[in-house]
Amino acid sequence: MAAFSLKINGSQHEIDVDPTTPMLWVLRDHLQMVGTKYGCGIAQCGACTVHLGDNAVRSCQLPVSSVGDQEITTIEGLSENGDHPVQEAWLEVDVPQCGYCQAGQIMTASALLKKNPNPSDEDIEKAMNGNICRCGTYTRIKKAVKMAANTNQNS
Amino acid sequence: MTTAKTKIGRRSFIKRSSLAGGGIMLSFNWLASCKMSPEEVSQLPEEWFKINGYLKIADNGQVTILSPNPEGGQNIKTSMPMIVADELDVDWKNVIVEQAPLDTNAFSFQFLGGSQSIRRGWEGLRMAGASAKAMLIAAAAKEWRVPSDEISTSAGILQHKASDRSATYGEMASAAATMKVPEEIQLKDIKDFTIIGTSQKNVDGHKIVTGQPLFGVDTFREGMLTAMIVHPPAFGLKLKSIDDSEAKKMPGIKDVFTIKVFNDGYEKAFFDTRTFNEVAVIVGNSTWEVMQAKKALKIECEPIESSTESRDRFGRKWEEHTPSGLESTTNHYAQMEALASNTATVKRKDGNPEAAFKNAERVIEATYTAPFLAHNCMEPMNFFADVTDEKAELIGPLQKPELTEQTLSARLGMPIENIDIQMTRLGGGYGRRSYAHWLVEAALISQKMKAPVKLVYSREDDMTDGIYRPSYRATYRAGVDKDNKLVAFHVRTGGIPQSPLHQNRFPAGTVENYLAEDWTIDSNLTVGSFRAPSSNFIACAEQSFLDEVAEAVGKDPIDFRLELLERAKNNPVGEENDYDPERYAGVLKLVKEKSGWENKEDGVSRGVAAYFCHNSYAAQVLDLKWENNKPIIDKVTCAVDCGIVVNPDAATNLAEGGIVDGIGNALYGEITFRDGVPDQNNFDTYRMIRMREAPKKIDVHFVESDVSPTGLGEPTFPPIFAAIANAMYKATGKRHYRQPFLKDRELLG
Repeated sequence: MAAFSLKINGSQHEIDVDPTTPMLWVLRDHLQMVGTKYGCGIAQCGACTVHLGDNAVRSCQLPVSSVGDQEITTIEGLSENGDHPVQEAWLEVDVPQCGYCQAGQIMTASALLKKNPNPSDEDIEKAMNGNICRCGTYTRIKKAVKMAANTNQNS
Repeated sequence: MTTAKTKIGRRSFIKRSSLAGGGIMLSFNWLASCKMSPEEVSQLPEEWFKINGYLKIADNGQVTILSPNPEGGQNIKTSMPMIVADELDVDWKNVIVEQAPLDTNAFSFQFLGGSQSIRRGWEGLRMAGASAKAMLIAAAAKEWRVPSDEISTSAGILQHKASDRSATYGEMASAAATMKVPEEIQLKDIKDFTIIGTSQKNVDGHKIVTGQPLFGVDTFREGMLTAMIVHPPAFGLKLKSIDDSEAKKMPGIKDVFTIKVFNDGYEKAFFDTRTFNEVAVIVGNSTWEVMQAKKALKIECEPIESSTESRDRFGRKWEEHTPSGLESTTNHYAQMEALASNTATVKRKDGNPEAAFKNAERVIEATYTAPFLAHNCMEPMNFFADVTDEKAELIGPLQKPELTEQTLSARLGMPIENIDIQMTRLGGGYGRRSYAHWLVEAALISQKMKAPVKLVYSREDDMTDGIYRPSYRATYRAGVDKDNKLVAFHVRTGGIPQSPLHQNRFPAGTVENYLAEDWTIDSNLTVGSFRAPSSNFIACAEQSFLDEVAEAVGKDPIDFRLELLERAKNNPVGEENDYDPERYAGVLKLVKEKSGWENKEDGVSRGVAAYFCHNSYAAQVLDLKWENNKPIIDKVTCAVDCGIVVNPDAATNLAEGGIVDGIGNALYGEITFRDGVPDQNNFDTYRMIRMREAPKKIDVHFVESDVSPTGLGEPTFPPIFAAIANAMYKATGKRHYRQPFLKDRELLG
């Protein structure tokens, strides 16, 4: 066990856990922030995607000991009231079916748009290819990412 | 308007018929609990008034509608309450939706499966809204002393024009709650629907996109422990002993033990399938700690003995044979090949197929196979349980709560009334969450630990635990005469361990000489319902074969099918044909028109397929380009006839999902075995469809209809397997007979 001080969604959190614990389980089990989902545990499905700084990372492969003072953003902290352009586009397109993978999809998409505000179809496919949606909402996800990109451009 | 009898007093009959799984099933159960005494009304919170089991109205006019069935992405949590709200005549904006608890007294058919939620819920949901409206009208009529038939309603307002009086539902809710439940109610004319047929957003959308707890795996309770299982590594093995000396010492670990899911001698019901009846369990403080201890637990296994078990399917008994041995995929295919030319049971025979084949000018023959598939719900199997001597509280995602409750009651020896099952949103179901052994496991673990417990399967446990889509094989033969007319048709099919045959489906009824026969092979691999069970294979085989036959006789594949359907309509062969040829032809004609079938772009390869299952019709045209030895799917055009469409955009989403899921499984889906051990155990080895491989565009068109709605979770899934196979043939000149079609798979696309 070791003590860590983590900056998550703008707040400081103190926890005492095994240093090998992945951030996924720190978030879900120790901080009860359950928006970040477990899907595979081996960085193959993207359900656990969070932002480390500005980068989309798979929190199931991110040991708490490697975070240091880098800021983590989870789906709960992406926006104050669920009004991030990506979240709004997701609602407008009514993307989700079961909804389980969508937090991870939204975190990957929002990190993409931060780096590349006007992505091509190919850019979107490349960025989103690591996120599995078992229900098959891919065409809607792509549409929502484009819609969010346009919102960003126009605002 | 339609007048409907509310049939008070038929409650027990209605419940039985729902369990029998067929016939007329109307959801009237709420009538038993909807009439409340004045005492009960006065005990309600001041502002809410329960009108019946489905809904309550607040004094400010807000309406809470309970959605009775489990939500797993089919969007019924939005669509079912829309049906109630429409008949109630309220503004959808004023409706709050809540997930109903499992309550067999208040609701019937709280199932997710068989694309049945809307179909079976339709009448009951309408009556729930209509009878509540009637009670509001009755309350207003009493207060205003006017005849009730002079009172009109609109968007939550009651109005009596002659006396110029009006009231909101909120103002009348208190009085309405004391009104007698009407014995006859009026349902709206279809043309008067104001909410049904409009696109409404997912009621859980905001919670989903902001990451709020919605799923079973998100359940948290103070003092809750986490549990995981360890099961034998291969089918055909069972647990002999465990060595927990290391695991028990690991940090955060509370206990290690084994549980038997079902007691010896228990007669399992239909959904009680469990591959490994005895599993090891590790309980600890946190998931990560339990995952580490899992690695340290040593288990010793021994071969199972072959067995025969009596099982019960809603009162009908059958014997399930489980052979011993360690099975392998290569042997499975060899076994199927050997048996396919051997014995089979004739399920339907029209005319004289033997003679017809003998006299045929030409015989076309093809054989199709498909592997086992794992469901791979994104939310792994899990359940929360808090079991004490007196009661059991269970929270989580499951598809058949009513049946699972009976199983748990038998296992714990606890009366059903002491068991409380709460349904969370399902992170995918596709059939897998019908087999809720993990609920029983969670309950047994909580009982032993005397603490609230959340059981979570690792992805590897989830994928290697069985209950797969069966592996199948089908051989088709078509005999044509010298005029290229189809004169004989033969299907011989089977599977491990179930047959996919539907002998009365198309093209039965269209060919004079027809033979359908099947066989099965026992296995110790467990199987279960998987999105459009059996149709998900046989549609692909049949529709790929018809494409081949159409080509052989020089006909357009859509026209060829339409000609057969014309025969089925005008002069059907045989008495029992399970489809309506006109509706079947209807989706083919619609997809032909909408896809621009006659005007294909250069460089595009195009395949068509259609199928009828789960009471709905679907036809699809798939356009692809072949690049770098891979299909790039430009577009899928889909026509669906599922009767009245309740929530068009949500229905479109679900249809799109079936198409993407189908393409993924057709191209990549496969779980294979070596000496009983699955070769795939996570998404690095089990190939799922990803964004890049999904169609660039999907156009879904619904047939305009005033027929009562039928299901949509399944019908767009089976035909797309064949649509892509037929399009790939056009691109490459090679027919695809063996799924998955792309064996040389790159794992990340």
